Amino acid sequence: MDAEAAKLIGAGLAAIGVGMAALGVGNIWGSFLSSALRNPAAADGQQGRLLIGFAVTELLGLLAFVVAMILLFVV
Amino acid sequence: MAEESGKIDPMHQFEVTPLFGQEWEIAGYAIPFTNSALWMALTLLVLWLFMLGGMKRELIPGRWQMAVEGVTGFISDMVDSNIGEKGRKYVPYIFSLFMFILFANMLGMLPTALVGVHAFTVTSHLTVTAILAMATFLIVLVVGFGTHGIKFFGLFVPHGTPLVMIPIIFVIELISFLVRPFSLAVRLFVAMTAGHVLLKVLAGFVINAGAAGAATAAFVSVPSFILMIGISLLEVLIAFIQAYVFALLASSYLNDAINLH
Repeated sequence: MDAEAAKLIGAGLAAIGVGMAALGVGNIWGSFLSSALRNPAAADGQQGRLLIGFAVTELLGLLAFVVAMILLFVV
Repeated sequence: MAEESGKIDPMHQFEVTPLFGQEWEIAGYAIPFTNSALWMALTLLVLWLFMLGGMKRELIPGRWQMAVEGVTGFISDMVDSNIGEKGRKYVPYIFSLFMFILFANMLGMLPTALVGVHAFTVTSHLTVTAILAMATFLIVLVVGFGTHGIKFFGLFVPHGTPLVMIPIIFVIELISFLVRPFSLAVRLFVAMTAGHVLLKVLAGFVINAGAAGAATAAFVSVPSFILMIGISLLEVLIAFIQAYVFALLASSYLNDAINLH
């Protein structure tokens, strides 16, 4: 296979990781919302934990993006 | 790579170009005043004006003072709930981090291209975010070893770890600790870069399809443009969330250093 083609395929595969991180982030916000609707009084106190969980999960998707960018522009 | 895919290069906006002072150098390295430096200076100027207008300490606060007190109260509440009483003296640092990142992100979103100036997002460069993250990490190390000495390594062994597990857990916790500055820097850098690349790619759709004829313009340009408006709003939200997350993680790392766990 041509090296240039392999790079593009690799970058495309890395985009799967971004989608998987989207699942994770959606799961975090969705679970937060459903539990916040059950107990709205406790929701505000958990926003810090919500955003830490969001940040940690989002990072994995961003790393997939970095891999794609490295494949496209650096390698 | 980018030249082949179309006329519009989405990475062009991140180019750092010298504005003046090309002949300045330190130890053989050129240190010209770049557009990045210009926007950092602009960020500081806007931040300074914002704070100056709201620090008049009037008994009955006006709107501006309420805005400034809202932000300072927001950050000091966050530090209080994360670190507690001992965290009061780190409020200025966390506040500076938050405000600098927030203002840099927001200034990068300004449509200054309308008046011929290309907005530059300072935080879309790994060098800038890495310095912010490394400063945070160094403060965590200094505070941690300064207050606890060698006991700071207790951070890597959570309470109640079985004796046989300690070597493995220690290594895992150590790696997760050492990865922190990297993850802090990469998160902010990639979030800003990805959003701006996305906006520029869509802008490329709008322009290229608009040039291709009326039918393509109606089916591609108009939906892309509407999408761009939505994504711009999302980017404003991301600009805030990333600044908040950076400050939140910095304060939670400081909490580890101050209170162990």
